[in-house]
Amino acid sequence: MDVGTFCAQSHVLIVAGKGGVGKTTMSAALARMASQTGRSVLIVELEGKSGITGAFGLAEDLGYDEVELQAAHAPGQGAVRARRITPDDALLEYLEDHGLRRVSKRLVSSGVIDVVSTAIPGIRDVLVLGKIKQLERDGVADLIVVDAPATGHAITFLTSASGLLNAARGGPLRSQASDVVELLADPARCRVILVTLPEDMPVSETIESAFMLEDKAGVQLGPVIVNATDRAPEGIDEPARDVAAGLGLDPALVTALEEARLFRLERHAVSAAQIDRLASDLPLPQLLVPSVGSETIGPAETALLAMALAEAIGELVPEVPAT
Amino acid sequence: MSELAALVNERNVIVCCGSGGVGKTTVSAVFALAAARAGRRACVVTVDPARRLADSLGVQSLPNTPTEVAGDWPGSLHALMLDTKGTFDDLIHTYARTPEQAEGILGNRLYQNLTGALSGTQEYMAMEKLHELVESGEFDVVVVDTPPTRNALDLLDAPRRLSRFLENRLFRALLMPTRISLRAIGVATQALLRTLSKVAGAEIVQDAVGFFQAFEGMEEGFRTRAGAVRELLADPATAYVLVTSARADAVAEASFFAEKLVERDVAPAALVVNRIHPHFALPGSGVPPGATGRLAALEANLAALNEVARREEGSYAKLAAQVAPAVLGRIPLFGHDVHDLGGLQHAADVLFA
Repeated sequence: MDVGTFCAQSHVLIVAGKGGVGKTTMSAALARMASQTGRSVLIVELEGKSGITGAFGLAEDLGYDEVELQAAHAPGQGAVRARRITPDDALLEYLEDHGLRRVSKRLVSSGVIDVVSTAIPGIRDVLVLGKIKQLERDGVADLIVVDAPATGHAITFLTSASGLLNAARGGPLRSQASDVVELLADPARCRVILVTLPEDMPVSETIESAFMLEDKAGVQLGPVIVNATDRAPEGIDEPARDVAAGLGLDPALVTALEEARLFRLERHAVSAAQIDRLASDLPLPQLLVPSVGSETIGPAETALLAMALAEAIGELVPEVPAT
Repeated sequence: MSELAALVNERNVIVCCGSGGVGKTTVSAVFALAAARAGRRACVVTVDPARRLADSLGVQSLPNTPTEVAGDWPGSLHALMLDTKGTFDDLIHTYARTPEQAEGILGNRLYQNLTGALSGTQEYMAMEKLHELVESGEFDVVVVDTPPTRNALDLLDAPRRLSRFLENRLFRALLMPTRISLRAIGVATQALLRTLSKVAGAEIVQDAVGFFQAFEGMEEGFRTRAGAVRELLADPATAYVLVTSARADAVAEASFFAEKLVERDVAPAALVVNRIHPHFALPGSGVPPGATGRLAALEANLAALNEVARREEGSYAKLAAQVAPAVLGRIPLFGHDVHDLGGLQHAADVLFA
């Protein structure tokens, strides 16, 4: 599939996955990739301190106001901006939008907000998603990439709106919730990209989450990104003993080389087996992204990962349009 | 006895915390297993919805009550998978004055949402279950695998949350109508309720009022309980174990987590670094220079793995210094993933060596 086509499929990509699988890194790489098709991208961060700015070489933390991570560069490169939306920000903005600016402080200080959000679960999540919906409606960017909370919370997060629809039979919150449900259900507007690692637990959890997200949250799932996939080891298929035969090497050295060889082969086999299991248990296309071999993710790594993603997307078979 | 072994031998509660995806569930199970091997009656509680502990322990499904894991050790090992809603339901039954009151609450739509979707409920119920297991006297040590929260405060604040909720001014005012009369609600409260109706819709407010009224008379019990859970978490016999994987991003998150713990005067007793790449010692002068072909490939493979191990050590050594004097425990990355009892035993052998 052409990268441009991929980026044009939905206005909002929600990047979700278990903690530590590289959601933020993949959000940055997706944004970078889309920007190189000339699109403007807005990254929305929902949790504190995710490091998305670092992926573009900036040191500062994100706040409620937008920060430009990458300038637009005519003609081929769109701008990448980022901002954070927290439930508190979204709630205060919602109150202000509903003419309650003056009482909003009192609602917070009296603890009423606490009671309301405790009594009406999902209200905070719905307000955050509602804000994202508003950004999408306003067309603030060609593509909005949302760095979602870790999976357990992501399911709660994405099902919040349908949960609220059950609790609220009327009122402005209900309409907010139903707008959110509509956004999540429409693949032309929004898709969820799951990120995983080629390891046992992350793969199991991804399979489970994918079905839960489709069934409970009614979201449309895009391809699954398998991060840090292991490149096939080269030139180590022969036992060290055979390779070293007649070379007069220290036997302890040969043992060390052999142990390292077996470890590498075993890890690769585990990784390949997990990718196969994911493919057979979850009928979604996969985007395999190799490990960048660096512990820190800066602009260079983000660019590399964006290229790897673009390459993997290039190999996807285009979807047959629904008739 | 190693300091880590002392931890599982002496403490009554071990709280494993850290961000998600670092093998916290596995580490919790390994600690409980080590305690059972040391002759203690151990129970591990997992909150993970992915039922990973069930997989790790070879137990098909773990209900909300402890299930014994059979094995050849002097103590005993039990495991349970937290059922957030079931635990909350039990609490309601405990504190309701009549079965009717309990049914009224359990059937309330807001309650049903509350237990299923409220962030923080899972944390609170995990702590609640912990308290229940400790109080039962059936175990010498309870190991809890905490929810994968980014914010350590969520966990420590969980018991406080419900008491604070019950002490709320508005909540009390809402209880008034059944006690005195509707007129007794202050003007200020009425104004707040009107505002609330405007924001949330009148129906939600009515539902909330009904929900709070159903709770009438149960506040005290809940408050006492929350206080007891708080005390347990602050007890010197409770140890916090910070778990991270060796990947730099996980270590960075753990460092952030450690800062938050320290802000709350909670010092981790141990730091466990999971999935550390092995280092392969190169004897003598190594491979002679100028090696080519297959020998060069073998050497490059070993060097690449060692480089990963070196980078990892650089990042977790800093974290270990940050949380000093916490004991540092290391679990290597095995060729195969740990997902059965044998794997857990092997991990325990290494960690508690």
